[in-house]
Amino acid sequence: MINKKVKDVAEAIDGVKSNMTLMFGGFGLSGIPENCIKELSKKEIFNLTCISNNAGVDNFGLGLLLKKRQVDRMISSYVGENAEFERQMLSGELKVDLIPQGTLAERCRAGGAGIPAFFTPAGFGTEVAFGKEVRIFDGKAHILETALTSDFAFVKAWKGDEAGNLIFKGSARNFNPLMAMAGKITVAEVEELLPAGELDPNHVHTPGIFVQRIFKGELYEKRIEQLTTRKREE
Amino acid sequence: MSLDKNQIAKRIAQELKHNTYVNLGIGIPTLVANYIPNGIDVEFQSENGVLGMGPFPFEGEEDPDLINAGKQTITTLAGAALFDSATSFAMIRGRHVELTVLGAMEVASNGDIANWKIPKKMVKGMGGAMDLVASAENIIVAMMHTNKKGKSKLLNKCTLPITGVSCVKKIVTNLAVIEVTKKGFKLLERAPGVSVDHIIKATEGNLIINGEVPEMKI
Repeated sequence: MINKKVKDVAEAIDGVKSNMTLMFGGFGLSGIPENCIKELSKKEIFNLTCISNNAGVDNFGLGLLLKKRQVDRMISSYVGENAEFERQMLSGELKVDLIPQGTLAERCRAGGAGIPAFFTPAGFGTEVAFGKEVRIFDGKAHILETALTSDFAFVKAWKGDEAGNLIFKGSARNFNPLMAMAGKITVAEVEELLPAGELDPNHVHTPGIFVQRIFKGELYEKRIEQLTTRKREE
Repeated sequence: MSLDKNQIAKRIAQELKHNTYVNLGIGIPTLVANYIPNGIDVEFQSENGVLGMGPFPFEGEEDPDLINAGKQTITTLAGAALFDSATSFAMIRGRHVELTVLGAMEVASNGDIANWKIPKKMVKGMGGAMDLVASAENIIVAMMHTNKKGKSKLLNKCTLPITGVSCVKKIVTNLAVIEVTKKGFKLLERAPGVSVDHIIKATEGNLIINGEVPEMKI
């Protein structure tokens, strides 16, 4: 067994420098690496390119890095749930690349899978297709999209073991397994960290080969963006 | 009487086919799940990684690790499955999800749709909309017939940046059910009490009317 365990979040983010490209798993605030984001926001690291489906909210998630002006460019599919993001984007301080969600997911997967580019129908005929090669397959137009990789990928799982194997819960899986594959150094934070042998290999979602560092995260807040419930019938 | 949002959703629910997988967008489309006709089994897909999505949880049973694409807390039904975003969009791009219902700012008579960007306003992004409209076999738009200024949202050509080309198959508005054909918008049904003249006036794009236009049955 190759042991991926590091002692804490400080050791987990060691080596992250200004000007790097970082990936962050999560959809909205669900399944985001809360511990790593908080720790990064305490560092004097700037001019980052961040790849994440969303950009957090004010004072939570990637909003923490935005607030401290650590981010130079965001690559996302849907943003702007926070006022500071909007201010920076409209003033031109923050560069934002918006790409279709499925394309974003596949570009990460491709980056981790050694596939440099692929054709997708998503975005054909729209401004997303500007400057991209178009090819017709089976009578349908597709555009060429290239793979994404990163210096570090930060992911969050429910359970993990010291070998770096990960199991996700609910819809908190989202982009995490794909970004785990695409990071040169992938850091996984987990709610429960088990010794190797304690996870059933049949149930592993992300095999440990994609994870370089793993640690047990603390004090998960797991903020809910849209609390929707129904009343119990009498 | 023009339809309210719930009635639009109820009319769209009549389009659901037995044993199909369906993706519902945010807004009116979400309401479609409340009106599934008897005897029709459908499974709802949410592009953040859920198949077999159920209703909102009971108060106190919400789980931050279980949300839909609108970031609302949800539940899963028996037979549900959970997966990553690449698998989710494989279901969408691979045409395994058969029907997409979504909102729009504009639809053109050739089926182009615009629903993600208003120039000079804050742009939040397309999310999964471009992937959804590029691939689904059947795409139904749920929207109001005119915008807040009273301008038609059914046009000969979209004025806003488009989300997808020639993809919308049907439109259900507060006034009418319209099919997108090779020759343009075809008026299929009108809302109860709404005249054909009213619909013609509210539609900027080429509208095809063949004989009597029946009222919707809501």
